Amino acid sequence: MTTTAARPADAAAPPGTLRLGRARVRIELKQFFRDRQSAVFVFAFPMILMVIFGSVFGNQRLGGTDVTFAQYFVAGMIASGVLYTGFQNLAIAIPMEREDGTLKRLQGSPMPKLSYFIGKIGMVVVAYVAQVTILIAIGKLFYKIVLPTGSQWVTFAWASVLGLLSCTLLGIAFSVVPRKAKGAPAIVSPIVLVLQFTSGVFFRYDQLPHWMQQLAALFPLKWLTQAMRSVFLPPVAARLEVSGSFDLGRCALVLSAWTVAGLVLSLVFFRWNVRGER
Amino acid sequence: MSTTAPASDLLVPLPPGTDLAIRARDVHKAYGDTHAVDGATLEVARGETLALLGPNGAGKTTTTEILEGYRLRDSGEVEVLGVDPAHGDARWKSRLGIVLQSASDLRDLTVAEAVRHFAGYYPHAADPTEVIESVGLAAKAGTRAAQLSGGQRRRLDVALGIVGDPELLFLDEPTTGFDPEARREFWDLIRSLRARGTTILLTTHYLEEAEVLADRVAVIAGGRVIATDVPARLGGRDESVTTVSWQEGGATREVRTAEPTRVVAELAARFDGEVPGLAVRRPSLEDIYLTLIGHTLTQEVA
Repeated sequence: MTTTAARPADAAAPPGTLRLGRARVRIELKQFFRDRQSAVFVFAFPMILMVIFGSVFGNQRLGGTDVTFAQYFVAGMIASGVLYTGFQNLAIAIPMEREDGTLKRLQGSPMPKLSYFIGKIGMVVVAYVAQVTILIAIGKLFYKIVLPTGSQWVTFAWASVLGLLSCTLLGIAFSVVPRKAKGAPAIVSPIVLVLQFTSGVFFRYDQLPHWMQQLAALFPLKWLTQAMRSVFLPPVAARLEVSGSFDLGRCALVLSAWTVAGLVLSLVFFRWNVRGER
Repeated sequence: MSTTAPASDLLVPLPPGTDLAIRARDVHKAYGDTHAVDGATLEVARGETLALLGPNGAGKTTTTEILEGYRLRDSGEVEVLGVDPAHGDARWKSRLGIVLQSASDLRDLTVAEAVRHFAGYYPHAADPTEVIESVGLAAKAGTRAAQLSGGQRRRLDVALGIVGDPELLFLDEPTTGFDPEARREFWDLIRSLRARGTTILLTTHYLEEAEVLADRVAVIAGGRVIATDVPARLGGRDESVTTVSWQEGGATREVRTAEPTRVVAELAARFDGEVPGLAVRRPSLEDIYLTLIGHTLTQEVA
């Protein structure tokens, strides 16, 4: 083993935050894809739903247009993917890491705490990009969806970034809610599911009861799904929106507000320790 | 608060001027009305292995976690490698190795992936392959942590604790659940670390382990360190009454004496040669430990 005897008493500076952040991204991704819970219920789930819903309803047309339901559904699945990889993923995995000693081990190591969060965000981004790529490929190959063009890709980019930021930060903040890691999926999954049903992922948003629309409009998924519809649906489909427009300005505003809220909540409430320690 | 009458005899200090890795003085930590640590004082010299003994709930873990920087003390002075752990930065942490009591993280990573990843955190990391070899996991380098046996998993924890080539290593009950052979192999590993100059603070429930590995032992009870000394002299062990026993007239005879050598000499003269079934027994570390602990418990009740 390399030794030691002549080592200076005051140690050299540990490796930098960004370099360790990149190392964290790699290790997080390995663990993400090897863990069945995250590989299936976070990564592959939107693809499974895409195949099921696409096969059953894919060829139906949306009220008076020639837009297929598959085209509508791919937007919802991509938005859901953001919610899965950002929110559900972290809100379930971090309580587990708090309980199994991951966070304690990291806290006792010289790794800068920021590197841990860089690792989480990087993992979410990479997983999302892979997920979207496969989702679009499935849609294109099996359900003949039409790909976005020109400025729609720009919308896709900023909506993805704001959606990932807000959902990831909210997932980090929400990780303090479950009392026991084992109970986390039972708290997180229903929230995700209810948001999906009320935000226009599975059903047409404009056909939902008014109160349900208003409830969903408080949360980011509704706005993210709406922005994704503007990416994947032709402009003519704007008349199927409640306000007759995709309202991209407001989408950006609400998602930005949730990003700020997620950051503040994370900074205030995130804990490295199991409840009651310290 | 009760005070142990001969406390000063039980707490044998290090020689003045000793280079210290850990210095903790009158440390207090309370959770509500529970005084988990109640005036603990502890010194660990650089390069020594100190075993911290004590019953569950005596304050061992809380004390250790204050030294490791995990918990904040209410009062008292603490210096670990010359730094107050409450303000320990990354540079300080890179000089420590911490092996926690129970960990089940990193399940989906292989031994090699985990050790290599953690090596990247440290400025003076040891070679991951050599570390894996030194803990006896070379054959398991490609195995995921979830697939390791209990003892192998503990050895992975130790590998992660030493991969940064620490000056000070904390080992919290490292051999719990080991079979005797695995424990002996583990002891060899700890001895080799000690031989390289690593300071080790070992928490254990196994008195035999403390006796074999530790330069000194400290007994903690009721949140305070009630005795420290080398294992052979802890609690006046070397001066304690010794039992001399032998076989005579078809029965076991026994004499308790402070002068065992004289008794044996007399016996040897009387039997004119071999004394049948001769045994000279000093109190074991466990005997002394239980006496010390029992002492404190009785006082707490009273």
